[in-house]
Amino acid sequence: MPRRVVVERSTFASRWGMAVAIIGVLVLALAPALFLNSVLRTLVQFFYLLALAQMWNLLAGYAGLVSIGQQAYIGIGAYGLLFFADRLGVNLFVSVFLAALVAAVLAIPTAALVFRLRGGYFAIGTWVVAEVYRLLAANTQSLGGGSGVTITAAIGIDRTVREYVTYWIALGLAIASVLIVYYLLRTRLGLALRAVRDREMAAPTLGIHVLRAKVQVYVLASTICGLTGAVIYLSLLRLQPDATFSVNWTVFMIFAVVIGGIGTISGPIVGTIVYFLLQQYLADLGPIYLIILGAVAILVMVQAPRGLWGLVLDRWNIRFFPVQLRVRVKEDPSAASGPNETTEPERVRGRSVDG
Amino acid sequence: MSLLEVEALDQFYRDFQALFGVSLRVDEGEIVAIIGANGAGKSTFLKTVAGLLRSDADAVRFDGNSVGGRPAYRRVSMGIALVPEGRRVFPSLSVEENLRVGGFGKRPGWWNLRRVYESFPLLSKLSTRPAALLSGGEQQALAIGRALMTNPRMLLMDEISLGLAPIIVKQLYQAIPAIVAEGTTLVIVEQDITQALGIAHRAYCFLEGRVSLHGRPADLTRDQIRAAYFGWR
Amino acid sequence: MTWVNAMVQGVMLGGLYALFATGLSLIFGVMRVVNLAHGVLTILAAFIAFFIVDHTGLNPLVAMAIVVPVMFTIGYVLQRLLINFTLGSGVLPPLLVTFGLAVVIENILLKVFSADSRGLDAGRIENVSIRLTSRLAVGWLPLTIFLVAVVLLVAMQLFFDRTTFGRALRATSDDAEAAQLMAIDNRHVYAVAMGLALGIAGVAGVFVGVRTTFGPLEGPVLLIFAFEAVIIGGLGSLWGTLVGGVILGVAQTLGAQLAPGWFQLSGHLVFLAVLAVRPTGLFPRVGAV
Repeated sequence: MPRRVVVERSTFASRWGMAVAIIGVLVLALAPALFLNSVLRTLVQFFYLLALAQMWNLLAGYAGLVSIGQQAYIGIGAYGLLFFADRLGVNLFVSVFLAALVAAVLAIPTAALVFRLRGGYFAIGTWVVAEVYRLLAANTQSLGGGSGVTITAAIGIDRTVREYVTYWIALGLAIASVLIVYYLLRTRLGLALRAVRDREMAAPTLGIHVLRAKVQVYVLASTICGLTGAVIYLSLLRLQPDATFSVNWTVFMIFAVVIGGIGTISGPIVGTIVYFLLQQYLADLGPIYLIILGAVAILVMVQAPRGLWGLVLDRWNIRFFPVQLRVRVKEDPSAASGPNETTEPERVRGRSVDG
Repeated sequence: MSLLEVEALDQFYRDFQALFGVSLRVDEGEIVAIIGANGAGKSTFLKTVAGLLRSDADAVRFDGNSVGGRPAYRRVSMGIALVPEGRRVFPSLSVEENLRVGGFGKRPGWWNLRRVYESFPLLSKLSTRPAALLSGGEQQALAIGRALMTNPRMLLMDEISLGLAPIIVKQLYQAIPAIVAEGTTLVIVEQDITQALGIAHRAYCFLEGRVSLHGRPADLTRDQIRAAYFGWR
Repeated sequence: MTWVNAMVQGVMLGGLYALFATGLSLIFGVMRVVNLAHGVLTILAAFIAFFIVDHTGLNPLVAMAIVVPVMFTIGYVLQRLLINFTLGSGVLPPLLVTFGLAVVIENILLKVFSADSRGLDAGRIENVSIRLTSRLAVGWLPLTIFLVAVVLLVAMQLFFDRTTFGRALRATSDDAEAAQLMAIDNRHVYAVAMGLALGIAGVAGVFVGVRTTFGPLEGPVLLIFAFEAVIIGGLGSLWGTLVGGVILGVAQTLGAQLAPGWFQLSGHLVFLAVLAVRPTGLFPRVGAV
């Protein structure tokens, strides 16, 4: 019986998921008309946390880079926003994107330095860089110094307009962060990254320039973190070096990604939701809340290293964001003999890939 | 009762099965050779016996005890030592330090530093040299000496001829009589069939994770060996 | 304070940094793990000393004799019950677990002791100095810390080079599987190494408590100083760690001479400069990873 071999990428879940997602995005886009401003602010927070989680996952889960210094770029984005909007008088919303550019530019020499280190020392190196930026901000009086400063450019804009535009920018950021990771992984760079993640030593034999791939991802992720930082402080408006450059941003990122599922695209979404819910109900507990977060992250890392979404993948193999290609063998429907049959491929045993 | 009894041993690397129901025995004082092509499962087998890979407790019995579940460091104390594939000497330690580490378990027996040096004179000349700087043959001698320092009842040797010039291999095999003279049981995995069958009392041949032939070397014909080695009918 | 004085203070400070760094470097050398909780564990030791002093009135430097064994035990247990399970699956698990651990310990300390800074009072030794020249004096306490650091480094070197267990440690760090074949239980070896590292951190923690004030939030800065000392000095070298610590200390004290807010920043900048120009550090062990 003649057979056709079909190579495809989308899954049952991804096709349905896409339909649901499009509807969801439409609802969210119309949210300003539907919900109270307080709800909008909560959503903004969710969106920027999601963007941060996606970026940390891109670094750690796909490029194998554990950075505990991404707060440097959050701060750069925040202070960039302050600089362009308040000091230079550029339109507040345009300044958000200019601040992201600053982050991109600063990420390059930073990469040149920190990539001289590897593994855990790379991690601390990124933290040192964040500390340097923090200290520089704290010691620069024109940027508010140690006591902090408020973005006054926001005052001139109608409050509702500002909140709506902030909301839409944040929504766009969240969607963009997910799509960037998803589409990146489908490019040659993405394939290179996954090869590096699976077997770093073998990757160069395939013509993959490992260091260059990692640097590119680092600069990309850092730029988006910078953009996110600008969006965060577009919403919060009050900058203070210790808080803006705080390592607690990284604590969140790690928590959300580890618990949600490292190395998958759905994982950080799940993790951000979990973190968000926990925060709504437990944040009042102060240090105890963080003890619980940390303990849960440790537990997950030891017992279920692929996180909540990893458990879902293992059990039900649902992929909303399929990245890998699969081969299906289809019986040719035009053949004279036998009924139409398509065979679903046997599940590939061994390590699951992204979902 | 044999010193080593392996019964229906299966072994896996994640989803890949390397050994299928392997059964084998080694009596005390014997020299048993295991031959077979690359990938036949010989090294996997030795690693399982030595404890670097775990198995069902009863699949591997040493001196009557079910040891399949025990980790390697405990089996060494019982008298099982492995000269691993690729030698794996400790590169940052000197020759003498490597040998001394062998004595860490403090198992009583005939072997000590002086006697290892007597069996491998080239090692005593190199005693302060960092192991990373030794040649292949010297490292192999060191790996064997180091295993002897654990005073094993049964010594497993994994492809000691690999990558070495024939004359070096011959020198290494010349040390074997001293080893077995003390009553040590020997299991050697070899690709050099001639050497292996030349000294062994009995031999097993592995093919794709199964025992394809066994018997005394004298009883096995060239054709039988070839068929069992390559899987020809 | 004159420049020369500042330099001398920096050198003495370097001894303290070398103490921070030794523990971090030891763990990395043996297990290739960077313990991100190292800083907060050092602070924990200071708090343990505080607790003992509070309840017994002992001099903190005497209390060290209790703190060190306690820290050793904590290290051993932590390794056996937690960190050993993160080994062998790549770079991420140990980093993320030690990071989580740092967060947990820091917040436990915050909950129990509040965020206030506190200090340990060691009595006269804090105030006495040796007069070297008419304008130069060295405090007894910083000098003691420096000498203790040197002594500990010598002891560690001897331990690794001359003792049976030290040899077993080196063998395990070379090839843990082959070490198993020598009857070496690497779970135990790693735990002892962690115990030693935290024992040294215990010494460092008490000294921090005596020399300056400390609080639950100071873990990260100690971790960073330890790390900078290791990188400046060169990976894999115990003595490089001392040199790295001294360079860092001197950079910081000289920077503070320029402007008070520049203490930490000048250290970071020197670190980044070394990273840019000589990433392997000043005295890397040849062949060290």
